[in-house]
Amino acid sequence: MIRRVLPHGLGRGLLTRRPGTRRGGFSLDWDGKVSEIKKKIKSILPGTPCDVLPDTSHLPPEHSDVVVVGGGVLGLSVAYWLKQLENRRGGMRVLVVERDHTYSQASTGLSVGGICQQFSLPENIQLSLFSASFLRNINEYLAVTNAPPLDLQFNPSGYLLLASEKDAAAMESNVKVQKQEGAKVCLMSPDQLRNKFPWINTEGVALASYGMENEGWFDPWCLLHGLRQKVGVFFCQGEVTRFVTSSQRMMTTDDEMVTLKSIHEVHVKMDHSLEYQPVECAIVINAAGAWSAQIAALAGIGKGPPGTLQGTKLPVEPRKRYVYVWHCPQGPGLETPLVADTSGAYFRREGLGSNYLGGRSPAEEEEPDPANLEVDHDFFQEKVWPHLALRVPAFETLKVQTAWAGYYDYNTFDQNGVVGPHPLVVNMYFATGFSGHGLQQAPGVGRAVAEMILEGSFQTIDLSPFLFNRFYLGEKTQENNIM
Amino acid sequence: MAAPWVSLRLVAPMWNGTRGIHRLGGAVVPEGNQKKERKMLQFLNNHFYDVEALRGYLLQREMSKVHLKNRSFTWLEEQHGPYSAGAFFILKQGGAVKFRDKEWIRPDKYGHSSPEFWNFREVPVEAVDASDCEINYEGLDNLLLLKELQSLSLQRCPHVDDWCLSRLYPLADSLQELSLAGCPRVSERGLACLHHLQNLRRLDISDLPAVSNPGLTQILVEEMLPNCQVVGVDWAEGLKLGPEEQPQDTASPVPA
Repeated sequence: MIRRVLPHGLGRGLLTRRPGTRRGGFSLDWDGKVSEIKKKIKSILPGTPCDVLPDTSHLPPEHSDVVVVGGGVLGLSVAYWLKQLENRRGGMRVLVVERDHTYSQASTGLSVGGICQQFSLPENIQLSLFSASFLRNINEYLAVTNAPPLDLQFNPSGYLLLASEKDAAAMESNVKVQKQEGAKVCLMSPDQLRNKFPWINTEGVALASYGMENEGWFDPWCLLHGLRQKVGVFFCQGEVTRFVTSSQRMMTTDDEMVTLKSIHEVHVKMDHSLEYQPVECAIVINAAGAWSAQIAALAGIGKGPPGTLQGTKLPVEPRKRYVYVWHCPQGPGLETPLVADTSGAYFRREGLGSNYLGGRSPAEEEEPDPANLEVDHDFFQEKVWPHLALRVPAFETLKVQTAWAGYYDYNTFDQNGVVGPHPLVVNMYFATGFSGHGLQQAPGVGRAVAEMILEGSFQTIDLSPFLFNRFYLGEKTQENNIM
Repeated sequence: MAAPWVSLRLVAPMWNGTRGIHRLGGAVVPEGNQKKERKMLQFLNNHFYDVEALRGYLLQREMSKVHLKNRSFTWLEEQHGPYSAGAFFILKQGGAVKFRDKEWIRPDKYGHSSPEFWNFREVPVEAVDASDCEINYEGLDNLLLLKELQSLSLQRCPHVDDWCLSRLYPLADSLQELSLAGCPRVSERGLACLHHLQNLRRLDISDLPAVSNPGLTQILVEEMLPNCQVVGVDWAEGLKLGPEEQPQDTASPVPA
């Protein structure tokens, strides 16, 4: 019935419109019309021609309810969930400010793209499980009419974590926690490992944990693109250079004076110019990844005597990590999971053509300089290849094809994310510091931050161990399984 | 089988876009007339909020229909045993089941089937033919109740994708035959999860449009499952042949 009505009603209507009338929205030659109007005004007005009707399309809006600093997967996830969970459709204006629209240094695009549930903290496991179900149903969450369905290129091959003698007990208790939370992980002895994956050399391996479902790797660009194209959010390319705050001195219940700040303006500076736009806002979300500490410093977080709450800085700093791609024709077959060795080296298959990619986290003393994203090939030769060749003998004859480097937004305190509001700067919320597992926790964290903003507390997954307060109180929420 | 397809067709001719959401890139090539309709639809969608909202609503309705079909029947397990519960789910979807030492049970054209299988509490289900059924990831909960399944056919199931394949490992002890021919969403990444099924003797992976390189995938899957006969693609198809050479007709069937 509807099928027959629509083409008749609208089709005939469109054909009988006369040319020159406005169809819903701007007419098609808006830029041409504007330049004509400008010429007319210039010819009419006396004196030197000034720039009338300046073009401000590149500037962000002057008012916005929420400003998300950082347009990576975490920032976009928070923006997406804010729009999903708002009470009225179109009730919130969300502005995402991203400094580099090519995402050349953003951790999201340079990431290996893995998702796994093999953590020691229950909150991390739940976040990862939710993210897996988000990715599985991504075409329901991020459906946009007229756009083709998203293909995440998800490889459900799982993660295989190897543990030496001294880590075996920790791994067993971790797997127990993971099973309790609902992750499908199983423990394997060295004999079972050799049966299942004959290309592994089990020397030095006491125990292994293998994720069977909801684990693997996917294409992070696709997720980023899917989140971006879901309409409803304003995007702006610019850099946040200043927060204009106002302070209030208040008395706590213990009769202490405390200065609470709130940000009411964000200055967004345009690329390659001094032009900036002050954006009035109610809430600021710090999702700037490796550069979150700079944004926090702009808001005055950490400016105070050390040891006090005012003096507690955001302990997130950029750490450079390398990823190498190599070709090995005799390497492990199609069933290869992402293998994480006892030494910290990891690798996974890439595509059908015997290519593999992997790397290793350097020790604290060998941390490379994060000033640029140059790749150090000697690191592979000396620190990664020997471990890979030991674990998989076929990798003795590999050939490195390419390599790249990316940043971890590394939380130097306890390598877990910072989520939630700051106690003193009342309208800044953090969603950063995930030290290498931000991509796999992004959907869950985005939802948690949106719940915190809209409801005032975490509703689905309780991320209270990840609040900012722990840096001041000194309570570490340590995660033991970091790659 | 018959019932779900008819309802889709009622909605399909105008709303080719909604059906497009469910089918992965380009499996169905639009002809001239359909192309014009699709362009008109896209134009309307971009210019009118009402059209966009209506299409969004219809899409949500299609998705909730699939969810309804795949709701959980595990509560039947206490009363009737896992085999009958799983069989009920398959028959409701329009598939066919075969209990051990019994005949195939298929639903008739109205979707009803004979109630005799409710009595088979202890008899395991040997084979399931779920071709053209709308089983998705959640529906597999019900299918995995059938612990001693030996043969599973998921041919042309539109919602079976790589995630679903990663869930098949509980059937590893018994599953000997698996057919995934014609599933539009299965790619080589999902096929990599089949290495858990070590008892598999026959695997059919013909006509998978989402697999990027069928010949190479066939070789890699054969390496992964050494005891299994992998049917589907003629690996010579992927090779570039010279103008004088003719493709040799080998034992495995060439997909249409």
